[in-house]
Amino acid sequence: MKRHLISAADLSKDDALLVLDTAEELAQVSGRSIKKLPTLRGRTVVNLFYEDSTRTRISFEAAAKRLSADVINFSAKGSSVSKGESLKDTALTLEAMGADGVVIRHSASGAPHRLANWVQGSVINAGDGTHEHPTQALLDAFTMRQRLGDLEGRRVTIVGDILHSRVARSNVLLLDTLGAQVTVVAPPTLVPVAVDTWPCEVSYDLDAVLPKSDVIMMLRVQHERMNASYFPTVREYSRRYGLDGDRMAALPEHAIVMHPGPMNRGVEIAADVADSVRSTIVEQVANGVSARMAVLYLLLGGSEPAIGKEVSE
Amino acid sequence: MVNAASRPDGPVEARVADGHKAVLEGPDIRRALTRIAHEILERTKGGEDVVLLGIQTRGVTLAQRLAEQLMQVEGRPVPCGSLDVTMYRDDLRMKPARAIRRTELPPEGVDDRIVVLVDDVLFSGRTVRAALDALNDLGRPRAVQLAVLVDRGHRELPIRADYVGKNLPTSMRENVKVLLAENDERDAVVLGLKEESK
Repeated sequence: MKRHLISAADLSKDDALLVLDTAEELAQVSGRSIKKLPTLRGRTVVNLFYEDSTRTRISFEAAAKRLSADVINFSAKGSSVSKGESLKDTALTLEAMGADGVVIRHSASGAPHRLANWVQGSVINAGDGTHEHPTQALLDAFTMRQRLGDLEGRRVTIVGDILHSRVARSNVLLLDTLGAQVTVVAPPTLVPVAVDTWPCEVSYDLDAVLPKSDVIMMLRVQHERMNASYFPTVREYSRRYGLDGDRMAALPEHAIVMHPGPMNRGVEIAADVADSVRSTIVEQVANGVSARMAVLYLLLGGSEPAIGKEVSE
Repeated sequence: MVNAASRPDGPVEARVADGHKAVLEGPDIRRALTRIAHEILERTKGGEDVVLLGIQTRGVTLAQRLAEQLMQVEGRPVPCGSLDVTMYRDDLRMKPARAIRRTELPPEGVDDRIVVLVDDVLFSGRTVRAALDALNDLGRPRAVQLAVLVDRGHRELPIRADYVGKNLPTSMRENVKVLLAENDERDAVVLGLKEESK
Protein backbone atom coordinates (compact mmCIF):
# COMPACT_ATOMS: atom_id res chain seq x y z
CA MET A 1 0.00 0.00 0.00
CA LYS A 2 1.31 3.42 -0.98
CA ARG A 3 0.72 6.20 1.53
CA HIS A 4 1.60 9.88 1.58
CA LEU A 5 1.67 12.86 3.91
CA ILE A 6 -0.10 15.62 2.02
CA SER A 7 -2.40 17.10 4.63
CA ALA A 8 -2.21 17.23 8.42
CA ALA A 9 -5.67 15.63 8.24
CA ASP A 10 -4.05 12.50 6.75
CA LEU A 11 -2.88 11.68 10.27
CA SER A 12 -5.19 10.00 12.76
CA LYS A 13 -4.61 10.76 16.43
CA ASP A 14 -2.65 7.51 16.81
CA ASP A 15 -0.54 8.34 13.73
CA ALA A 16 0.19 11.84 15.02
CA LEU A 17 1.17 10.59 18.47
CA LEU A 18 3.36 7.92 16.86
CA VAL A 19 5.19 10.61 14.87
CA LEU A 20 5.65 12.78 17.97
CA ASP A 21 6.87 9.88 20.14
CA THR A 22 9.25 8.73 17.40
CA ALA A 23 10.53 12.29 16.97
CA GLU A 24 11.21 12.48 20.70
CA GLU A 25 13.44 9.40 20.57
CA LEU A 26 15.12 10.54 17.36
CA ALA A 27 15.88 13.95 18.89
CA GLN A 28 18.54 12.20 20.99
CA VAL A 29 20.48 11.34 17.85
CA SER A 30 21.14 15.04 17.28
CA GLY A 31 22.90 15.20 20.63
CA ARG A 32 25.33 12.39 19.90
CA SER A 33 28.79 12.64 18.42
CA ILE A 34 27.74 10.30 15.58
CA LYS A 35 24.50 11.86 14.36
CA LYS A 36 23.54 9.05 12.04
CA LEU A 37 21.33 5.97 11.93
CA PRO A 38 21.58 3.29 9.21
CA THR A 39 17.80 2.95 8.92
CA LEU A 40 17.19 4.28 5.39
CA ARG A 41 20.42 2.99 3.84
CA GLY A 42 19.88 2.44 0.13
CA ARG A 43 16.66 4.47 -0.01
CA THR A 44 16.49 7.55 -2.19
CA VAL A 45 14.75 10.75 -1.12
CA VAL A 46 14.25 13.52 -3.67
CA ASN A 47 13.79 17.08 -2.49
CA LEU A 48 11.71 18.77 -5.17
CA PHE A 49 11.62 22.49 -4.41
CA TYR A 50 9.71 24.73 -6.80
CA GLU A 51 9.62 27.58 -4.31
CA ASP A 52 12.41 29.27 -2.37
CA SER A 53 13.05 27.80 1.01
CA THR A 54 16.06 27.62 3.30
CA ARG A 55 14.77 26.20 6.55
CA THR A 56 12.51 23.46 5.23
CA ARG A 57 14.85 22.22 2.51
CA ILE A 58 17.89 22.08 4.78
CA SER A 59 15.80 20.47 7.49
CA PHE A 60 14.52 17.71 5.18
CA GLU A 61 18.00 17.20 3.78
CA ALA A 62 19.54 16.86 7.27
CA ALA A 63 16.74 14.52 8.35
CA ALA A 64 17.18 12.20 5.36
CA LYS A 65 20.97 12.21 5.69
CA ARG A 66 20.84 11.39 9.41
CA LEU A 67 18.84 8.31 8.47
CA SER A 68 21.48 7.42 5.82
CA ALA A 69 19.16 7.91 2.83
CA ASP A 70 20.60 9.12 -0.47
CA VAL A 71 19.37 12.65 -1.05
CA ILE A 72 18.86 14.27 -4.43
CA ASN A 73 18.16 17.98 -4.32
CA PHE A 74 16.21 19.54 -7.10
CA SER A 75 15.31 23.19 -7.26
CA ALA A 76 13.32 24.80 -10.01
CA LYS A 77 16.01 27.39 -10.62
CA GLY A 78 18.77 26.05 -12.83
CA SER A 79 16.81 22.94 -13.84
CA SER A 80 14.72 21.94 -16.84
CA VAL A 81 11.75 23.61 -15.17
CA SER A 82 13.18 26.94 -16.25
CA LYS A 83 13.19 25.47 -19.77
CA GLY A 84 9.45 24.78 -19.49
CA GLU A 85 9.28 21.18 -18.24
CA SER A 86 5.96 20.31 -16.64
CA LEU A 87 5.54 18.85 -13.14
CA LYS A 88 4.39 15.57 -14.67
CA ASP A 89 7.47 15.22 -16.86
CA THR A 90 9.70 16.00 -13.91
CA ALA A 91 7.79 13.38 -11.92
CA LEU A 92 8.40 10.78 -14.63
CA THR A 93 12.10 11.60 -14.57
CA LEU A 94 12.15 11.02 -10.81
CA GLU A 95 10.24 7.81 -11.33
CA ALA A 96 12.92 6.56 -13.69
CA MET A 97 15.52 7.28 -10.99
CA GLY A 98 13.59 5.17 -8.49
CA ALA A 99 12.80 7.68 -5.76
CA ASP A 100 11.39 6.01 -2.62
CA GLY A 101 10.23 9.33 -1.21
CA VAL A 102 9.56 12.70 -2.81
CA VAL A 103 9.50 15.85 -0.70
CA ILE A 104 7.76 18.58 -2.65
CA ARG A 105 7.39 22.31 -2.13
CA HIS A 106 5.28 24.05 -4.78
CA SER A 107 3.59 27.42 -5.16
CA ALA A 108 0.41 25.76 -6.46
CA SER A 109 -1.98 24.32 -3.88
CA GLY A 110 -2.66 20.68 -4.71
CA ALA A 111 0.62 19.99 -6.55
CA PRO A 112 1.68 17.24 -4.09
CA HIS A 113 -1.70 15.54 -4.54
CA ARG A 114 -1.25 15.46 -8.32
CA LEU A 115 2.31 14.23 -7.93
CA ALA A 116 1.15 11.35 -5.70
CA ASN A 117 -0.71 9.88 -8.68
CA TRP A 118 2.37 9.97 -10.89
CA VAL A 119 5.11 8.49 -8.72
CA GLN A 120 5.59 5.13 -7.04
CA GLY A 121 7.18 6.50 -3.86
CA SER A 122 5.61 8.26 -0.91
CA VAL A 123 4.98 11.98 -1.35
CA ILE A 124 5.62 14.36 1.54
CA ASN A 125 4.15 17.81 1.26
CA ALA A 126 6.71 20.43 2.28
CA GLY A 127 4.30 23.31 1.62
CA ASP A 128 1.93 23.79 -1.31
CA GLY A 129 0.72 27.30 -2.08
CA THR A 130 -1.72 28.48 0.56
CA HIS A 131 -2.92 24.94 1.27
CA GLU A 132 -0.88 22.89 3.77
CA HIS A 133 2.50 22.32 5.39
CA PRO A 134 1.97 19.23 7.57
CA THR A 135 5.55 18.69 8.78
CA GLN A 136 5.61 22.27 10.08
CA ALA A 137 2.49 21.48 12.12
CA LEU A 138 4.17 18.32 13.44
CA LEU A 139 7.29 20.16 14.54
CA ASP A 140 5.14 22.87 16.13
CA ALA A 141 3.10 20.27 18.03
CA PHE A 142 6.36 18.56 19.03
CA THR A 143 7.74 21.86 20.38
CA MET A 144 4.52 22.55 22.31
CA ARG A 145 4.60 19.07 23.81
CA GLN A 146 8.22 19.51 24.88
CA ARG A 147 7.43 22.78 26.66
CA LEU A 148 3.90 22.13 27.95
CA GLY A 149 3.34 18.35 28.01
CA ASP A 150 0.15 16.76 26.71
CA LEU A 151 -1.77 18.97 24.25
CA GLU A 152 -5.24 17.74 25.26
CA GLY A 153 -7.28 20.81 26.21
CA ARG A 154 -4.41 23.29 25.62
CA ARG A 155 -5.43 26.62 24.12
CA VAL A 156 -3.46 27.65 21.06
CA THR A 157 -3.87 31.04 19.40
CA ILE A 158 -2.67 31.54 15.83
CA VAL A 159 -2.32 35.19 14.84
CA GLY A 160 -1.83 36.90 11.50
CA ASP A 161 -2.18 36.14 7.84
CA ILE A 162 -4.48 33.12 8.15
CA LEU A 163 -5.76 33.58 4.59
CA HIS A 164 -2.43 32.86 2.90
CA SER A 165 -1.02 30.57 5.53
CA ARG A 166 -0.53 26.88 4.89
CA VAL A 167 1.08 26.71 8.35
CA ALA A 168 -2.16 27.91 9.98
CA ARG A 169 -4.35 25.38 8.16
CA SER A 170 -2.09 22.43 8.94
CA ASN A 171 -1.73 23.49 12.56
CA VAL A 172 -5.47 23.92 13.06
CA LEU A 173 -6.13 20.43 11.66
CA LEU A 174 -3.34 18.67 13.57
CA LEU A 175 -3.94 20.45 16.88
CA ASP A 176 -7.63 19.61 16.66
CA THR A 177 -6.70 15.94 16.10
CA LEU A 178 -4.49 16.12 19.18
CA GLY A 179 -7.30 17.60 21.30
CA ALA A 180 -6.12 21.20 21.60
CA GLN A 181 -8.47 24.19 21.28
CA VAL A 182 -7.39 26.54 18.54
CA THR A 183 -8.35 30.18 18.03
CA VAL A 184 -7.29 32.07 14.94
CA VAL A 185 -6.92 35.85 15.22
CA ALA A 186 -6.61 38.13 12.21
CA PRO A 187 -8.06 41.23 10.57
CA PRO A 188 -11.35 40.20 8.88
CA THR A 189 -9.72 40.63 5.46
CA LEU A 190 -7.10 37.99 6.28
CA VAL A 191 -9.52 35.30 7.45
CA PRO A 192 -10.47 32.72 4.77
CA VAL A 193 -14.13 32.62 3.73
CA ALA A 194 -14.45 28.93 4.60
CA VAL A 195 -13.04 29.34 8.12
CA ASP A 196 -16.37 28.19 9.60
CA THR A 197 -15.58 24.69 8.29
CA TRP A 198 -12.27 24.68 10.22
CA PRO A 199 -12.26 23.09 13.67
CA CYS A 200 -11.36 26.36 15.45
CA GLU A 201 -12.68 29.60 16.91
CA VAL A 202 -12.20 32.96 15.16
CA SER A 203 -11.48 36.28 16.85
CA TYR A 204 -10.58 39.74 15.59
CA ASP A 205 -9.36 41.02 18.94
CA LEU A 206 -5.90 39.86 19.96
CA ASP A 207 -5.90 41.51 23.40
CA ALA A 208 -9.05 39.64 24.45
CA VAL A 209 -7.54 36.25 23.58
CA LEU A 210 -4.04 36.72 25.07
CA PRO A 211 -4.83 35.91 28.75
CA LYS A 212 -6.53 32.66 27.69
CA SER A 213 -3.64 31.32 25.59
CA ASP A 214 -1.13 28.60 26.47
CA VAL A 215 0.56 29.04 23.10
CA ILE A 216 0.65 32.04 20.81
CA MET A 217 1.83 31.46 17.27
CA MET A 218 2.65 34.52 15.19
CA LEU A 219 2.52 34.24 11.40
CA ARG A 220 4.42 36.27 8.85
CA VAL A 221 2.51 38.71 6.67
CA GLN A 222 3.03 37.14 3.26
CA HIS A 223 3.42 40.18 1.03
CA GLU A 224 4.49 37.98 -1.89
CA ARG A 225 1.07 36.30 -1.98
CA MET A 226 -0.94 39.50 -1.53
CA ASN A 227 -2.45 40.88 -4.71
CA ALA A 228 -4.63 43.47 -2.97
CA SER A 229 -4.54 45.71 0.10
CA TYR A 230 -5.65 43.65 3.04
CA PHE A 231 -4.88 46.32 5.64
CA PRO A 232 -4.22 50.07 5.44
CA THR A 233 -0.59 50.19 6.57
CA VAL A 234 2.01 47.80 8.01
CA ARG A 235 2.20 50.11 11.04
CA GLU A 236 -1.49 49.78 11.75
CA TYR A 237 -1.32 46.00 11.34
CA SER A 238 1.60 45.85 13.71
CA ARG A 239 -0.17 48.03 16.29
CA ARG A 240 -3.30 45.85 16.32
CA TYR A 241 -1.97 42.35 15.61
CA GLY A 242 1.75 42.48 16.39
CA LEU A 243 3.16 40.84 19.52
CA ASP A 244 5.17 43.36 21.53
CA GLY A 245 6.50 43.31 25.09
CA ASP A 246 3.28 44.65 26.63
CA ARG A 247 1.15 42.02 24.92
CA MET A 248 3.57 39.28 25.95
CA ALA A 249 3.14 40.43 29.57
CA ALA A 250 -0.61 39.82 29.24
CA LEU A 251 0.01 36.12 28.50
CA PRO A 252 -0.22 33.54 31.30
CA GLU A 253 3.09 32.80 33.11
CA HIS A 254 3.71 29.47 31.35
CA ALA A 255 2.67 30.52 27.84
CA ILE A 256 5.10 30.16 24.94
CA VAL A 257 5.60 32.27 21.82
CA MET A 258 6.09 30.52 18.48
CA HIS A 259 6.85 31.62 14.94
CA PRO A 260 7.37 29.32 11.95
CA GLY A 261 9.90 31.72 10.38
CA PRO A 262 11.04 33.61 8.49
CA MET A 263 10.19 36.52 10.82
CA ASN A 264 9.62 40.15 10.02
CA ARG A 265 10.94 41.64 13.24
CA GLY A 266 9.02 44.75 14.16
CA VAL A 267 5.96 43.79 12.08
CA GLU A 268 4.19 40.73 13.54
CA ILE A 269 6.68 40.21 16.36
CA ALA A 270 8.88 42.67 18.28
CA ALA A 271 12.59 41.88 18.38
CA ASP A 272 12.74 41.59 22.19
CA VAL A 273 9.78 39.16 22.15
CA ALA A 274 11.43 37.01 19.47
CA ASP A 275 14.59 36.80 21.58
CA SER A 276 12.88 36.24 24.95
CA VAL A 277 13.05 32.98 26.94
CA ARG A 278 9.41 32.30 26.10
CA SER A 279 10.13 32.24 22.41
CA THR A 280 10.64 28.76 20.92
CA ILE A 281 11.71 29.99 17.49
CA VAL A 282 15.21 28.47 17.59
CA GLU A 283 13.92 25.22 19.16
CA GLN A 284 11.38 24.92 16.36
CA VAL A 285 14.17 24.78 13.79
CA ALA A 286 16.07 22.08 15.72
CA ASN A 287 12.86 20.12 16.31
CA GLY A 288 12.10 20.31 12.58
CA VAL A 289 14.89 17.84 11.85
CA SER A 290 13.63 15.37 14.48
CA ALA A 291 9.99 15.61 13.31
CA ARG A 292 11.00 15.12 9.66
CA MET A 293 13.24 12.17 10.56
CA ALA A 294 10.22 10.60 12.26
CA VAL A 295 8.03 11.15 9.18
CA LEU A 296 10.67 9.77 6.80
CA TYR A 297 11.28 6.74 9.01
CA LEU A 298 7.59 5.93 9.41
CA LEU A 299 6.84 6.37 5.69
CA LEU A 300 9.96 4.79 4.18
CA GLY A 301 11.59 2.68 6.90
CA GLY A 302 9.48 -0.47 6.76
CA SER A 303 7.97 -2.74 4.14
CA GLU A 304 5.09 -0.29 3.85
CA PRO A 305 4.28 3.13 5.35
CA ALA A 306 3.07 3.12 8.96
CA ILE A 307 1.36 6.53 8.70
CA GLY A 308 -0.33 8.75 6.12
CA LYS A 309 -3.10 8.26 3.61
CA GLU A 310 -3.66 6.76 0.20
CA VAL A 311 -4.43 9.12 -2.67
CA SER A 312 -7.02 8.46 -5.36
CA GLU A 313 -7.31 10.32 -8.66
CA MET B 1 0.04 -31.17 13.38
CA VAL B 2 1.11 -31.94 16.92
CA ASN B 3 -1.05 -30.64 19.69
CA ALA B 4 1.13 -29.03 22.36
CA ALA B 5 -0.99 -30.39 25.22
CA SER B 6 -0.42 -33.98 24.07
CA ARG B 7 3.33 -33.66 23.57
CA PRO B 8 5.18 -36.29 25.56
CA ASP B 9 7.96 -34.16 27.10
CA GLY B 10 7.77 -32.34 30.46
CA PRO B 11 5.60 -32.98 33.49
CA VAL B 12 1.89 -32.59 32.77
CA GLU B 13 1.25 -30.31 35.77
CA ALA B 14 3.69 -27.68 34.43
CA ARG B 15 1.55 -27.16 31.35
CA VAL B 16 -0.93 -24.36 31.15
CA ALA B 17 -4.37 -24.87 29.65
CA ASP B 18 -3.66 -23.11 26.32
CA GLY B 19 -0.89 -25.54 25.37
CA HIS B 20 1.96 -23.40 26.71
CA LYS B 21 4.13 -24.63 29.49
CA ALA B 22 6.20 -22.66 31.96
CA VAL B 23 9.82 -23.87 31.91
CA LEU B 24 11.02 -21.33 34.48
CA GLU B 25 8.96 -19.84 37.29
CA GLY B 26 9.59 -16.73 39.39
CA PRO B 27 12.06 -18.30 41.88
CA ASP B 28 14.03 -19.97 39.05
CA ILE B 29 14.42 -16.61 37.30
CA ARG B 30 15.52 -14.98 40.55
CA ARG B 31 18.14 -17.66 41.16
CA ALA B 32 19.41 -17.45 37.58
CA LEU B 33 19.82 -13.67 37.85
CA THR B 34 21.61 -13.99 41.20
CA ARG B 35 24.05 -16.44 39.65
CA ILE B 36 24.61 -14.20 36.61
CA ALA B 37 25.27 -11.24 38.93
CA HIS B 38 27.96 -13.20 40.73
CA GLU B 39 29.46 -14.39 37.46
CA ILE B 40 29.63 -10.81 36.18
CA LEU B 41 31.46 -9.72 39.35
CA GLU B 42 33.81 -12.66 39.10
CA ARG B 43 34.67 -12.16 35.44
CA THR B 44 35.03 -8.40 35.67
CA LYS B 45 36.98 -8.59 38.97
CA GLY B 46 34.51 -6.73 41.14
CA GLY B 47 32.57 -5.04 38.35
CA GLU B 48 34.24 -1.66 38.75
CA ASP B 49 33.90 -0.48 35.13
CA VAL B 50 30.73 -2.37 34.32
CA VAL B 51 27.82 -0.65 32.58
CA LEU B 52 24.64 -2.69 32.12
CA LEU B 53 22.70 -1.97 28.93
CA GLY B 54 19.32 -3.64 28.60
CA ILE B 55 17.91 -4.24 25.12
CA GLN B 56 14.32 -2.99 24.88
CA THR B 57 11.91 -4.07 26.25
CA ARG B 58 12.43 -6.97 28.65
CA GLY B 59 16.21 -6.73 28.56
CA VAL B 60 15.85 -3.34 30.25
CA THR B 61 13.83 -4.85 33.11
CA LEU B 62 16.38 -7.65 33.49
CA ALA B 63 19.28 -5.15 33.45
CA GLN B 64 17.61 -3.17 36.24
CA ARG B 65 17.15 -6.34 38.30
CA LEU B 66 20.78 -7.30 37.71
CA ALA B 67 21.88 -3.81 38.77
CA GLU B 68 19.97 -4.24 42.05
CA GLN B 69 21.60 -7.62 42.64
CA LEU B 70 25.08 -6.21 41.93
CA MET B 71 24.34 -3.35 44.33
CA GLN B 72 23.38 -5.83 47.05
CA VAL B 73 26.52 -7.92 46.60
CA GLU B 74 29.13 -5.20 46.12
CA GLY B 75 27.37 -2.33 47.92
CA ARG B 76 28.03 0.18 45.13
CA PRO B 77 25.70 1.29 42.36
CA VAL B 78 26.27 -0.04 38.84
CA PRO B 79 25.34 2.25 35.94
CA CYS B 80 22.39 0.88 34.00
CA GLY B 81 20.85 2.05 30.73
CA SER B 82 18.60 1.00 27.89
CA LEU B 83 19.24 0.36 24.22
CA ASP B 84 16.66 0.31 21.43
CA VAL B 85 17.96 -1.48 18.35
CA THR B 86 14.94 -1.04 16.05
CA MET B 87 16.74 1.39 13.71
CA TYR B 88 19.65 -1.07 13.34
CA ARG B 89 17.67 -4.25 12.66
CA ASP B 90 18.29 -6.14 9.42
CA ASP B 91 14.61 -7.12 9.12
CA LEU B 92 13.25 -3.54 9.19
CA ARG B 93 12.13 -3.79 5.57
CA MET B 94 10.22 -7.01 6.08
CA LYS B 95 7.55 -5.36 8.26
CA PRO B 96 5.89 -1.94 8.45
CA ALA B 97 7.91 0.67 10.37
CA ARG B 98 7.60 0.12 14.12
CA ALA B 99 7.48 2.50 17.03
CA ILE B 100 10.89 3.01 18.54
CA ARG B 101 11.72 2.98 22.23
CA ARG B 102 14.10 4.83 24.45
CA THR B 103 17.86 4.58 24.25
CA GLU B 104 19.25 6.00 27.46
CA LEU B 105 22.90 5.79 28.39
CA PRO B 106 23.95 6.33 31.98
CA PRO B 107 25.70 9.70 32.46
CA GLU B 108 29.08 7.95 32.63
CA GLY B 109 28.69 6.87 29.00
CA VAL B 110 30.17 3.69 27.54
CA ASP B 111 33.66 4.83 26.52
CA ASP B 112 36.37 2.61 28.05
CA ARG B 113 33.78 0.70 30.08
CA ILE B 114 32.92 -2.99 30.13
CA VAL B 115 29.44 -2.99 28.65
CA VAL B 116 27.24 -5.96 29.53
CA LEU B 117 24.36 -6.19 27.07
CA VAL B 118 21.30 -7.79 28.66
CA ASP B 119 18.46 -9.47 26.76
CA ASP B 120 15.72 -11.94 27.59
CA VAL B 121 16.08 -14.57 24.86
CA LEU B 122 19.08 -15.34 22.64
CA PHE B 123 17.86 -16.92 19.40
CA SER B 124 19.16 -16.07 15.90
CA GLY B 125 21.67 -13.54 17.28
CA ARG B 126 20.37 -10.81 14.96
CA THR B 127 19.16 -8.57 17.78
CA VAL B 128 22.60 -8.76 19.38
CA ARG B 129 24.26 -7.92 16.09
CA ALA B 130 21.98 -4.86 15.82
CA ALA B 131 22.87 -3.95 19.41
CA LEU B 132 26.59 -4.16 18.64
CA ASP B 133 26.07 -1.84 15.66
CA ALA B 134 24.07 0.59 17.80
CA LEU B 135 26.76 0.52 20.47
CA ASN B 136 29.35 1.33 17.83
CA ASP B 137 27.57 4.65 17.16
CA LEU B 138 27.32 5.47 20.88
CA GLY B 139 30.94 5.14 21.91
CA ARG B 140 33.88 2.79 22.25
CA PRO B 141 33.59 0.36 25.17
CA ARG B 142 36.71 -1.45 26.39
CA ALA B 143 34.85 -4.75 26.09
CA VAL B 144 31.31 -5.90 25.35
CA GLN B 145 29.78 -8.94 27.02
CA LEU B 146 26.36 -10.52 26.67
CA ALA B 147 24.00 -11.76 29.38
CA VAL B 148 20.74 -13.54 28.51
CA LEU B 149 18.08 -15.19 30.63
CA VAL B 150 17.38 -17.93 28.07
CA ASP B 151 19.54 -19.28 25.25
CA ARG B 152 17.25 -21.23 22.95
CA GLY B 153 19.82 -22.07 20.26
CA HIS B 154 19.37 -21.82 16.45
CA ARG B 155 22.02 -19.13 15.97
CA GLU B 156 22.26 -17.60 12.50
CA LEU B 157 25.32 -15.49 13.29
CA PRO B 158 28.63 -16.19 15.08
CA ILE B 159 27.45 -14.79 18.42
CA ARG B 160 27.44 -16.40 21.87
CA ALA B 161 26.47 -15.29 25.36
CA ASP B 162 28.95 -14.79 28.22
CA TYR B 163 26.29 -15.31 30.89
CA VAL B 164 23.29 -17.60 30.40
CA GLY B 165 20.39 -18.06 32.83
CA LYS B 166 19.18 -21.28 31.24
CA ASN B 167 20.08 -23.20 28.11
CA LEU B 168 16.80 -24.26 26.61
CA PRO B 169 16.95 -26.60 23.62
CA THR B 170 13.97 -25.78 21.40
CA SER B 171 12.63 -26.65 17.99
CA MET B 172 12.08 -23.95 15.34
CA ARG B 173 8.33 -24.56 15.65
CA GLU B 174 8.38 -23.47 19.24
CA ASN B 175 8.05 -20.04 20.74
CA VAL B 176 9.83 -18.84 23.89
CA LYS B 177 8.29 -15.97 25.80
CA VAL B 178 9.79 -14.33 28.87
CA LEU B 179 7.23 -12.77 31.18
CA LEU B 180 8.40 -10.31 33.84
CA ALA B 181 6.30 -8.84 36.63
CA GLU B 182 7.19 -5.24 35.63
CA ASN B 183 5.93 -5.81 32.06
CA ASP B 184 3.56 -8.78 32.25
CA GLU B 185 2.30 -9.02 35.86
CA ARG B 186 4.13 -12.28 36.58
CA ASP B 187 7.56 -13.88 36.25
CA ALA B 188 7.84 -16.94 33.99
CA VAL B 189 9.52 -18.32 30.90
CA VAL B 190 6.85 -19.93 28.75
CA LEU B 191 7.40 -22.42 25.93
CA GLY B 192 4.65 -22.92 23.37
CA LEU B 193 4.05 -23.66 19.73
CA LYS B 194 4.20 -20.87 17.19
CA GLU B 195 0.82 -19.65 15.96
CA GLU B 196 1.29 -20.88 12.40
CA SER B 197 2.40 -24.40 13.41
CA LYS B 198 -0.49 -25.08 15.78
